[in-house]
Amino acid sequence: MVDVSKGGAPGGGVNLTKGQAISLQKSDGGSLTAVRMGLGWQAAPRRGLFGTRTREVDLDASAVLFADKQPVDVVFFRHLVSDDGSVRHTGDNLVGGVGQGGDDEAILVDLARVPVHIDQIVFTVNSFTGQTFQEVQNAFCRLVDETNGQELARYTLAGGGAYTAQIMAKVHRTGPGWTMTALGTQANGRTFQDLMPAILPHL
Amino acid sequence: MTAELVRGQNHPLSQARLEIRVAAGTPIVAGATLSDEHGKVHGAEWVAHPGAPTLPGLEVSRQAAADHRLAVDLGAVPEAVHRVSVLLALPSPAGAAPPRFGAVPAPFLVVTDLDGTEIASYTITGLDAESAVVALELYRRQGAWKVRAIGQGYAGGLAELLGDQGLDAAHQLASGINEAVAQGLARSVPAPPRPTDTDRPRQPAAPALGGDQGGPAPQATTGVAAPHPAPPYGNQPPGALNQPASPYDAQGVPGAGAPQPPTSPYGTHNGPAAGAPSDGAQGTAAAAAPTDGSAARGQGSAGVGGPIDYSHPRRRSAAPPPAPTAPPARPGQPALPVAGDATGWSMDERLYNQVWGMFEDLARTAAAYRSAVDFADSRMEKELDQVLSDPRSRIGGQGDAAREAARAKHAQLVEQATAALERDLTQLTAEAEVVEPALPPAYARWDNPVWHGYRVPTEVPMALRLGDLRLPEAAELRIPMLVRLPLERGLWIDSGQAGTLDDSFADSHDLRRLAMETAVAHAARLLAVYPAGEFTVHVIDPAGSAAQALSPLVRTGVLAAPPALGAAGVADVLGRLTERVDLVQMAVRAGAADSLPPDLDTAEQLLIVNDFPHGFDDRAVTRLRYLADEGPAVGVHLMMVADREEAAGYGPLLDPLWRSLLRITPVPDDHLADPWVGHAWTYEPSLVPNGSQVLQQVLQQVATARTKYT
Repeated sequence: MVDVSKGGAPGGGVNLTKGQAISLQKSDGGSLTAVRMGLGWQAAPRRGLFGTRTREVDLDASAVLFADKQPVDVVFFRHLVSDDGSVRHTGDNLVGGVGQGGDDEAILVDLARVPVHIDQIVFTVNSFTGQTFQEVQNAFCRLVDETNGQELARYTLAGGGAYTAQIMAKVHRTGPGWTMTALGTQANGRTFQDLMPAILPHL
Repeated sequence: MTAELVRGQNHPLSQARLEIRVAAGTPIVAGATLSDEHGKVHGAEWVAHPGAPTLPGLEVSRQAAADHRLAVDLGAVPEAVHRVSVLLALPSPAGAAPPRFGAVPAPFLVVTDLDGTEIASYTITGLDAESAVVALELYRRQGAWKVRAIGQGYAGGLAELLGDQGLDAAHQLASGINEAVAQGLARSVPAPPRPTDTDRPRQPAAPALGGDQGGPAPQATTGVAAPHPAPPYGNQPPGALNQPASPYDAQGVPGAGAPQPPTSPYGTHNGPAAGAPSDGAQGTAAAAAPTDGSAARGQGSAGVGGPIDYSHPRRRSAAPPPAPTAPPARPGQPALPVAGDATGWSMDERLYNQVWGMFEDLARTAAAYRSAVDFADSRMEKELDQVLSDPRSRIGGQGDAAREAARAKHAQLVEQATAALERDLTQLTAEAEVVEPALPPAYARWDNPVWHGYRVPTEVPMALRLGDLRLPEAAELRIPMLVRLPLERGLWIDSGQAGTLDDSFADSHDLRRLAMETAVAHAARLLAVYPAGEFTVHVIDPAGSAAQALSPLVRTGVLAAPPALGAAGVADVLGRLTERVDLVQMAVRAGAADSLPPDLDTAEQLLIVNDFPHGFDDRAVTRLRYLADEGPAVGVHLMMVADREEAAGYGPLLDPLWRSLLRITPVPDDHLADPWVGHAWTYEPSLVPNGSQVLQQVLQQVATARTKYT
């Protein structure tokens, strides 16, 4: 479904590496109409006494909508739907790992409905509970064609740094269609507001 | 309680007039034979079959069908008849392999009375090579009738079955029946061909939806009746419209004037069960279709070694009937909208959700457009400022070129935004065009024809239309403003002039009259959508100034009492309603709802207050506030028709009162905000069109129903 030659992730999707971009065009030339950015993670078990106990990690997915490098709207756990209705957050997951491979939080983007002036949507992940990504394992974000459930691209968060946020990916307009670029930049912050300085260089 | 019969079991019948419904999942022939006390059928004239469908007290269908409804009046059956045997047979198409019951779903029969209440049911299992079966018999036993499950199959088909009943010309009659069936099939609507015959037992119960329409081949009923959103029994055969619908009419049997089966609320030509969405309709696999139709089928295939279906054969799964789905869109075009295309347990709920979905979509679409245009504006402004502050722009034409470029960028973005808006509005307008005519009275405008077919309902609807909402971007697109019932907040119909859009109502007298007319239209709508006697309206009109506007309510006698006049009237009405609130609150708190006085009106109460604060003293104002605060929880609602300015003398004392009420206006006004993005929407009340008598007619019906009720 995606015109990217390399890669070979399960489900026909592409395993992205940092900085890699894929065009969100269907192989038949049509554009994707709705995509889902899914986020999944598990709390890493800790070592030592009572090491089997895992502490819950609350990661939050957010999407920031930009028009010409200005933030216009944001979708996160306190504002679940963008004002125009094109971007929707499925709701806050406070512990993660429930699905063990499924999406714990997801953001749906109705690409056809995104207002014409919005040219970039940046997806971020923040650790709301303050743990660093050292305490998170199996974290990934993936882009799914919402119309048929097919995985288009997957990006696995490189494990274990002492940072609390990551700027995962952006979806941006290229000509008439959209392109997704994996960013994978590490940052620190509790919510997306703290990440703004880190996001801006990527626009 | 339905008796679920097993083979050989019998059950007494207390009624003479019965209906026997058959659900087979595949077209079959249904017939009946009459026999004497020795079990002998006296001749072909004692057999009801598709070629001769009516006998005294008995009628069968003319066609082979997946579902049958046999009407039986045991009181009209001749004295000599001691037994009525219901038989089923598989049509045998010429040249095809002989049909066998083992290859089709197990037929299911249910005996019901005329309300659709099930008396006894029977699933015929264990058939294999048989192609005809005596399913049930109704027989006389010591002056009373009973039903017995038989399930006797005949591999030799109808001929053998009829011969077994002592009929001499059995073969001849059997071939006559087959011929009549073949003719019936030829008349019926052809169905689309099915891919293969082998997968038929696993098909969803679509044949049941096809109902009596039959088809050219045993497997061909699929999809015949598919255009309707599957009324469980909306399946009268085409031929049945010109033939007597019941044996009682045809035979002139005494009792023909007896109460007719209740008509379906949807006005289809359904029999008794159709109007009964409750247990009565569960009886057949057809009613359970499409979710549970597999049950009977599972049993059928169990006989030939197929998978066993462990579900209860007649228990309907919890899923509501499927919503009408939009036909598949042509490539490159949005799907055609369909009324009721939303989630919900009933059409009422689906339409409610759909209307709210349209409301949200319009709000968000407008938000997208506005934010894009705002952005274009601000970007252009910034760019023009830059041009102005850039010293280079003073050289030659550079400044002009930059300005031109900024304007062009602006125009392009606005053009794109407009195109996206137009696209969404076209889609929403198309949806509104199908949804609006499909709305039930409670959601419909007064000019909707549905009000002319108004009947006093038996259930409170989910919501009520207070008016229309629109945005300046789409002045033609009106979203129904629906509020949930029972009302959660009282209404304040603002008769003041502040904030009205239209200066033509500068005359405050006009505005007041309009406000009262709006109040009357809303009150009438509330009265109409509640079942008889479940909604009571009180009016306080201290100065009597609204007599003309109130006349539709007063003349038809739907008010609890004439409008209360003067300070004494105000005190009296408020006193009674306050007492009611107190009593109900006490009873609820004490958990003793039974101890309420028997004369207490349990209906929801609406108090219309005109001309507030005229006629109100401090005590009355206090009581009014009490009603506004405490009333909604116990079913007492306020509808204030007032100009806030006039009540200003009470100071901030009344602010909580206004805030607790939903403000609506008698003329278009943009004061309502949506819950998603907070646009200001122009509200326009639902008013009766000028010169229309619909309000009077509806209220007349409400009054009549109430007289019957009390």
